[in-house]
Order: sequence, then structure tokens, then C-alpha cells
Amino acid sequence: MKTIGYIIQKEFKQIFRNKGMLPIIFILPILQLVILSNAATYEVKNIKFAYIDFDHSSTSRALVEKFNASTYFNVLTDFPSQEIASSSMLAGEVDVVLEIPNHFERNLLRDKTTDLSITINAIDGAAAGVESGYVNQIVQSFNKDVKMAIMNTSKKAIQPITIESIPSFWFNTTLNYKTFMVPGILVLLVSMITLFLSGMNIVREKEIGTLEQINVTPIRKSQFIIGKLFPFWVIGMGLLTVGLILAKVIFNIPTIGSIVLLYAYTSIYILVILGMGLLISNFTDTQQQAMFIAWFFIVIFILMSGLFTPIESMPRWAQIVTNFNPIKYFVEVVRMVMLKGASFTDILPQLWKTLLYAIAMNGFAVWSYKKVH
Amino acid sequence: MSISLSNISKSYKKVKAVQDISFDVNPGELFGLIGPDGAGKTTIFRILTTLLIPDEGTAKVAGFDIVADYKAIRSSVGYMPGRFSLYQDLTVEENLSFFATIFGTTIEENYDLIEDIYVQIAPFKNRRAGKLSGGMKQKLALCCALIHKPKVLFLDEPTTGVDPVSRKEFWEMLKRLQKKGITILVSTPYMDEAALCDRIALIQNGAILDIDTPKAIVSKFPKTIYNVGANNMYKLIQSLQDYEHLYSVFPFGEFVHYTDQRESFEIAELKSYLEKAGLTDIHIEVAQANIEDAFMELAK
Repeated sequence: MKTIGYIIQKEFKQIFRNKGMLPIIFILPILQLVILSNAATYEVKNIKFAYIDFDHSSTSRALVEKFNASTYFNVLTDFPSQEIASSSMLAGEVDVVLEIPNHFERNLLRDKTTDLSITINAIDGAAAGVESGYVNQIVQSFNKDVKMAIMNTSKKAIQPITIESIPSFWFNTTLNYKTFMVPGILVLLVSMITLFLSGMNIVREKEIGTLEQINVTPIRKSQFIIGKLFPFWVIGMGLLTVGLILAKVIFNIPTIGSIVLLYAYTSIYILVILGMGLLISNFTDTQQQAMFIAWFFIVIFILMSGLFTPIESMPRWAQIVTNFNPIKYFVEVVRMVMLKGASFTDILPQLWKTLLYAIAMNGFAVWSYKKVH
Repeated sequence: MSISLSNISKSYKKVKAVQDISFDVNPGELFGLIGPDGAGKTTIFRILTTLLIPDEGTAKVAGFDIVADYKAIRSSVGYMPGRFSLYQDLTVEENLSFFATIFGTTIEENYDLIEDIYVQIAPFKNRRAGKLSGGMKQKLALCCALIHKPKVLFLDEPTTGVDPVSRKEFWEMLKRLQKKGITILVSTPYMDEAALCDRIALIQNGAILDIDTPKAIVSKFPKTIYNVGANNMYKLIQSLQDYEHLYSVFPFGEFVHYTDQRESFEIAELKSYLEKAGLTDIHIEVAQANIEDAFMELAK
């Protein structure tokens, strides 16, 4: 016990004496949280919008006016012909082109039906999807107005029968993307920093040769490993604390669930990451190698965690793979606890899986750590 | 026996690092492994300190088998690797108390053993190890290797890269430690240090050439050695290499060490040969053979 205590003390001394490391541990994550949370948004604003109006009627102008009124669209120009619109899209000057056909108003009044053509720049697939959604919303709403107008002019005393769905967004009523992005990014930071630090730590002793000296001592490998990794567990918990405070102070993210529960889960989760770091240390000889391997895993874990893209939209095989992604569970738990107020029993499935993962990962890492070659 | 190796072999993939090595070190002996870089010295150290498992053969350190009782060995030997391997970002004192703690002891408990050495670095005890000079680092490393009062001390090239004064001091410290009953196995590529050991093993390409006291090894040298000097060293060696009766020639400081094939050798004859070759300031005298000469002879 005394030995472990001394190693922990020594590790902390070394961490705090490493002037290059301190900002990496504490300043960079805070910057990342602030920058990423403000930048990583699904909303698409200032869409460069143009239209071709072949109809020049009051109805077509009303439709364009609808787009003009929207905060998402910047109505740039009207193009006289399709060719000019196409070349402008090719040059990247516009993102969305609306084409209103000839006899738009007439067809609408006479046949009660007409077509519109929308061209969307889909270089960025995600943005194109969102833009398409916005366009649809506006056209739908326009459609409704027109219907009312037609019915009023024809003086029919029948009230329009429309079924309208009013979505109610639970746990994030205003659908504020920050509310679910900030907890996610917090997870990312805690995972990334602890994995990188723990992955490079034992390898560093290999690199500078101290491990050879340590190996010729009666120290038990469990003592050494616990002593080496415990400081990073503390740092991980510290990062969570800093992140939670920032989430509250800067982004005003609600924390509905129990903070204690969140800490309890995180304390187990970090063990998984530390085990992974140790494993990387065991199979590498230099900090550079360790860094690259850690980077490889963290990128896969983050992109397949449901943080940026929903797991439901992944192909079947990828969904199965995500079951082995610890970050996925952490993202789920953080969002559940913070936004939904999930209780201990609610997160029990994730907790079990994480605990199993932690035991398996650390067991394998300790087993593969060898003092003798 | 404090250390005994029998028929130890170890290969790294296809490279045979050491082959069929056997030797014994008596308790309280200062034993030297002498050989050039790549001879296999470090491999022997790593096997004896339980960091490597030999492919073949057995070895015992302080009465414990290196494979079966590796744990007992780790608490009863001190090891100083060739590369400085203490924490550069910890201070002198912190390094020392760190190693004391992981050996389950304290600095105070075994202070008498390291006192001689530690007083020399004590003025810098709050300095980070990375900021020490080469000689100071070696002293600190030696203190750390001694802090748990080991029975056997392994020093892998402790004086490589250390200045001549510190080297001399270091060997004096080793002699004092030996008097305290510690068995010391030391390796060095410096032949002059070999003469300071009780016994030495000359080693090359993973095999032992000879094991004996330094004196005995030198006395086995079969030829008379001549110090030859002239105005142009390079030309001198070239001329000697072309000499028909040459046995061996090696540069040695400001002279070359020359041995002749014949039993009866005339200094004057060689002198006139060299003069004919255009050399001046020719100086030839009988010299004492040393370990380097012996090593070169054995390594032939």
C-alpha cells in the first residue's frame, strides 16, 4: 500500500513538473469544449438561395416572399434561365435553386395541383438533407395558405380539414442542439485525454529506460500499474468536473439527473479507458507509436459512438460493432442522466456492460504486461 | 558462489547474442566482463538480473535460480543499467527515496552503505536528476542501486561517457563497496579498467575468450611487445604492415605496439627498415604487455 502511495505521489509530481503537459491536460479540453460546442451544430443557416420565376404571378411572388421571410435562407437573386442557375450552382454561388414553372398560379387555381422544382447542392450530404427539410416546411406552409385562400375565394362554407402534427420534443423542448452536444463533447474529452495520457505514460518509462530499472525491483506489477494509472483516473474525474461546471455556467445545460450517479458511472468508465491505455502501452515501444494507436481507436470510437451521427442510421454490421464501443455507453448515460434524469435502474444495462468491459480490458492488459522478456 | 552461469545461450531471432557462456564469481569478488560493444555483455546482465530468460543453460545469483527464484533475486541484487535510467524530472533525493520505498526500505536504514557516495551529491539533493553532470548521475544511479543493501551488484558499463577523473573516483568507490562484502559484476569496454578487477572474463561475439586475473592474462601473452614511434603514425603503421617479419601491429596512444614473428629480434634491423621507408624520429623500445594486447591476441 505504501509503495502504491509513493508511486502515485511520484506520478503526480512528474505530471505537475511537466510544463508542456499541464496545458494539454487542462487548458486544451476547456478550449475544445467551448469551441466545439459552439461550432458543432446540425442547424444550417444562411443558405444561399436563388429562384427562377417563369410565372411572375402574385402567387409565385408570395412563395418567394415566404423564403425571404425565413431566417435560414438568404435570397440572393432570381435567375432568368435554368442555364444561368446551373452555372451559378456549379460555381458554388448558390446552394438551393427553386424553379417556379410557367402557369404556376393558373394550374394551382384551376387544377388545384402544380409542380415545383428544387435543386440542392449535395456536396455536403448532411447539409443538403437539412436544407431539403427546410424547403419542404416552407412549401408545406405555403400550400396551406394557398388552400385557405382558394377556399375563401370560392366561398365554400366548408372548413378546411387538415391534419396537423405538432411535435413536442421531450427532454429538450426547444430542440437546442447544444443541450445534447455539450454532454457528448464532454464525454469525448474525458475519453480522449485519459486514453492518450495513460497510453503514453508507461511507454514513456520504456523509452527513457526507467522501466528496466523498475523491473529489477521486487515491486509487484499490480502495484506498479495501479500506481501509474490512478493519477489518470483522478485527472479523468477532474476533467468531468471542470466540464460539468462549464456546461452549467457557459451553456446552461440542464442537469436533471443525479450528479452522484454520473460520477459513479464515470468512475467505472474511466477504468475501461485506462485499461485500454495500458494495453496500448504494452504493445508499443515509443510514445509516438502509442499516440498513433490511441488516435486510431479514438477516431473510430467517436465516429461510431452516436455522438455525431445516430447509431440507428448505421448499417446493421456497424450497429453490432458499436456494442463494443465504450464511448457509446458513456454518451448514452451522460445524455440520459443529464437531460432525462435517468435513475440508477435506467442506466443499469450500460453500467453492467461498462463494468464487464472494464474487467475484461484490465484483466487482459495486466496479463499482457510483462516484466520479463 | 555468488554468481554462477553454466552453458547460457541466448539468441535474438537469428542473432546469437551469447553462446554457451559459463563462469563463476566468488563472494566478495570484483569481477569484470571486458569486451567491445556488441560482445554480449548487456545480454548477460539482463539474464542475470531476470529481465531476460536464457534459451539454454542455467544460472544462479546469490544462491537463487534466475528463472525459478526470480523474485528473490530482484530483492537481493542491485542493477545499474548502461543507460542512465532514473527519473530526470525528479530530484536527487526524490529518486533515492523512490527506489528505497519500492524496495521496502528507507534511506536512513542503509545510509551507512551509501554515505561515502551520497555525501558527494548531497549538496545537489534538490536538483533534478536530469540537470546533473555525467559523473554525478553515475553516483546517484549507484546510490539508487545500493539503497536496499544488495548482496550482488550489477554494473553495466558504469563509466561509459564519464570523464577520466570521475571514472577513477568511481572505481575507488567500487573497491570500497567490495570491502563491505558486496559481490560486484562490472562490464566495461575500457581495457585500463580491467586491471582494477580481481578477475576478468574477456568476451567477444558472445563467447568467452579467457577468464583469469588481469595479471595472469597479461603474463600469458606469448610475445615481446615493442613500442614503436615515428614522425608519421599512418605511414609507420603502413610500413610495419608491409614488414615481412610482422606478427601484429596495433596503434596504442602515441606509439604502436609491434610484435615480431621471430624469437630473435634485432631492434636495429627494424629501425633501418623504417628509415629506408622514409620515416624519421624512430624510437623503438621493449614495452610491457597489457590487457588490450592480450585481448587483441586472443581475439585474433
